[in-house]
Amino acid sequence: MRRVNSVKDLEKWKNDILSKQKHHEMIVSVCGGTGCQAYGCQKVKSAFQKELTQHAMRERVALKVTGCPGFCEKGPLVTIYPQYIFYQKVKPEDVPGIISETIQNGRKVEHLLFEDSEAHRKITSFQEIPFYRSQVRLLLSRNDLIDPTRIEDYIAVGGYQSWAKALFQMKPTEIIEEIKASGLRGRGGAGYPTGKKWEDCKNEPSGTKYVICNCDEGDPGAFMDRALMEGNPHSVLEGMLIGAYAIGANEGFIYVRHEYPLAHKNAEIAIQQARKAGLLGKNILGSGFDFDVEITKGGGAFVCGESTALIASIEGRVGEPRSKQIRTVKQGLWGKPTNLNNVETWANVPLIIEKGSKWFSSIGTEKSKGTKIFSLVGQVKNTGLVEVPMGITLKEIIFDIGGGQQNGKRIKAVQTGGPSGGCIPASLFDLPVDFESLSQVGSMMGSGGMIVMDEGTCMVDVAKYFVHFLQEESCGKCLPCREGLKRMGEILDNIAEGKGNEESLSLLEELAEVVADTSLCGLGKTASNPVLSALRYFKPEFEAHIHQKKCPAGVCTPLIKYSISETDCTGCGACAKICPTQAIKGEKKQSHLILAEICSKCGSCKDVCKANAVMVQ
Amino acid sequence: MNLNQVDLIVDKYQEKRTALISILHDVQDRYKYLPDEALKMVASRLRMDINEIYGVATFYKSFTLTPQGKHSITLCLGTACHVRGGPKVLRELKGLLHIEPGQTTADRQFSLNVVNCLGVCAVGPVMMVDRKFYGEMTPIRAKKIIEKLNNKRRGVKS
Repeated sequence: MRRVNSVKDLEKWKNDILSKQKHHEMIVSVCGGTGCQAYGCQKVKSAFQKELTQHAMRERVALKVTGCPGFCEKGPLVTIYPQYIFYQKVKPEDVPGIISETIQNGRKVEHLLFEDSEAHRKITSFQEIPFYRSQVRLLLSRNDLIDPTRIEDYIAVGGYQSWAKALFQMKPTEIIEEIKASGLRGRGGAGYPTGKKWEDCKNEPSGTKYVICNCDEGDPGAFMDRALMEGNPHSVLEGMLIGAYAIGANEGFIYVRHEYPLAHKNAEIAIQQARKAGLLGKNILGSGFDFDVEITKGGGAFVCGESTALIASIEGRVGEPRSKQIRTVKQGLWGKPTNLNNVETWANVPLIIEKGSKWFSSIGTEKSKGTKIFSLVGQVKNTGLVEVPMGITLKEIIFDIGGGQQNGKRIKAVQTGGPSGGCIPASLFDLPVDFESLSQVGSMMGSGGMIVMDEGTCMVDVAKYFVHFLQEESCGKCLPCREGLKRMGEILDNIAEGKGNEESLSLLEELAEVVADTSLCGLGKTASNPVLSALRYFKPEFEAHIHQKKCPAGVCTPLIKYSISETDCTGCGACAKICPTQAIKGEKKQSHLILAEICSKCGSCKDVCKANAVMVQ
Repeated sequence: MNLNQVDLIVDKYQEKRTALISILHDVQDRYKYLPDEALKMVASRLRMDINEIYGVATFYKSFTLTPQGKHSITLCLGTACHVRGGPKVLRELKGLLHIEPGQTTADRQFSLNVVNCLGVCAVGPVMMVDRKFYGEMTPIRAKKIIEKLNNKRRGVKS
C-alpha cells in the first residue's frame, strides 16, 4: 500500500489508480451485501472467478465484490460496466452464459434482466427500473462501484478529496459554518442540526475531545447504516475526519452492532488501510493534525442506540442511559466533550464539503435538507434500500418505487421510526416525508425503517409486538419504562386473546401517556408512540378484538379458526402431509377437513395450498 | 477447561477495564459461551468485582453463560420479519427442537436464539444458521434445514 504524505501524493495516487484501471475493458460487479449473501452471492462470485480464469480474461475483465446497491429483493445482483447491464436473481449456473453472451459477444442474457410487469418489457439498465427511477442516490451511488475492502477503489472515485480540501483550504470554523448552512440534520432519528452540535462541542474548553460514529442500528426493519458501513466505510471515516478536525478531536470511536459482522469487518479493514496510507494517524497528509479511530463492538442492547447508553457501553459498563441535563457535547465519553453522529450523517459530510452547502440545501424541504435513505420492507413488492430527497410523499415511495402491494392484499399502513415511531394509515400517504410532517401525525422519521403493512397485518399484534420488544429492551433503570411497558404488554396480550374489556383501551391510553411523560430517556419517552398511533388510526380493529372477539386480519391465533373451502379444495393432500399435528383429514381427490380441536393454527396448510382453499376466520 | 486463551485475550487489551465488553466478546468467540471460570479470571486480571462482570455479561444480549449447541440457529424477529411470518417459523422451530429461544437441545446439537433485527429486512423472514444467512424463511424451509443438519450428523445422504 502506498503512503501519502501530501495532497499532491493523494492526487498522484488517484491518477495512477485510474490509469491502471484503463486496462480493464469491463467490470463485473457482484453485490456482496448481507442481503445478497442470504441468496448465495458468494457462489456466484466464485463461479465468475473460475470462468474468467478459465477463459483467461482476468486481465481484461475486472471482478468486483461490492456493497449493497439496494435492490435486495432481486438478489444476487450483478452489474456489468461500462454498459450498465443489470442482472438480477443470478445463480452460479447463469455465469457461463453471462461470460459467453455478454462479456464475449456484447449480447444481453434476457432471462436475467429485470421485467417491468406493468409495461411487460425487459429493462437493461438499472437507472430505468421503476425502483431506481425516482431515487436520488447521493450516498448509495458509490456502493456498486466500490470494493469496500480496497481503499484504491474509494480513492479512484474521488475519495478523501473532501478531507484534503477541509484540512488545507478551510478553517475549522469555516467547516462548521458550511455544515450549518447546509441544513444537515442528524439521521439517527431526532434530527438535531449537525453543525450546531459540532459548534457546541468545539466551543467547549476541554483539551481532549472525542467523536463517535453510532452504527448501533437497533431499529428493527432498518439497515441503511449497515449498507453504508459494509459498502462504503471510507466515506464514513472521511466524514469523521472532517468532523474531528472541525471540532478539535484526535480520537474517534465507531460503535458497531454485534449483529453486523460484515460491517465490523469492513470498517476494520478500512481503518487499517487508511492508517497505512497515512490518511489516519499522526501528522495526516503532513498537516500536523493527528486523528485515529477505534472500533467498539456492541452487545446486542437496543438501548445502546441512545447516546449516553452508547457511551457507557464504550466505557465498558452496563448500557444504562443517564439524565441529559448536561449534554454529551459537554460531558460525554470519560467525561470529555463528545460529538456523536449517526453513520448516515457522517457519510453526508464529505459530499457537503465537496459540492458545497448551497448545493446540498437545494435538495429537500425548507427544514429537512438533502436525501434520506429508507429501508423499504414488509408487505410491498419491491423491497430494499431507497434513497430519496426529503419531502417526497409516502405514496411515491411505496407505490412508485416500491411497486405497491405484494400479495394482492390492500396496503393499509406504513410503520416508520421503529419502536419509537408509529403506524401511518394509507389515507395519509400524500404526506411529505420530512422530520416535522412525520412527527405531526404521531410517528417519526427515526433512522429510516419503513415497514409496509397490508390487510394481513393485525394492528393489535403490531402494537403488542413493539411493546414486548421495548419491554425486553428496557434497561430497567427507571420505573415508568420498566413497569409501565410490562403492564401495557399485559393489556395488549389480553386484547389479542379476546380477554379485553370496556376499560382496556382507556387504561392502555392512560398508561401510555404516563410512560411517555415520565420516562428517563428516549426509549421510554417514545415507547408509547406505536400504541398511541395504532389507537389513533386503527381503533376499530382493537374494538373488534374486544367486543366481537374477532381478529379482522386473521393473525391473533386465539381468535381465529382455519377451515377448508369444500368448493375450492382439489383434494391434493398437500395440507394433510405438511400438518404438524395431523389435524387434516380427507380422502385423495376429495375435499379435506380441518379438525379444530387438534389444529395448532400454524398456517402451514395455507402456505402449501395451491388452490387457495384454506380460509382463516 | 483450558483457560490459557483468556489470559492471552486480556493481555491483548492490556488489562484495560474499558475493554471489558470486547474481552467478553473474544472469550465468547473462543469458548462459544462465557464459562464461569473465565469470568472469574477476567475479574481478577482486571481487578474488578465479579458482580460487575456478571452485570455486564447478563445485561447484553449477545452474551450467554450457558454452553451452546453444535449448531446455532438464530431467527430474526424484527418488524419486517415479524409481519412476513417470522413467528410461524419460530413456532415450527420450537416444535421441532422442543426448546424455547435461549435454550440448547439436550443432545447439545442445536441452540435456538431469537434476535430483534439482523438488518437483512428486505429478504425476511431471515434465519442465520451457523453464521450463514437464509432469506424468505417459511416453516417448511426451516424444517428442511434442520432435517438436513440432523441427517448430516447421522451420515444419511440427503
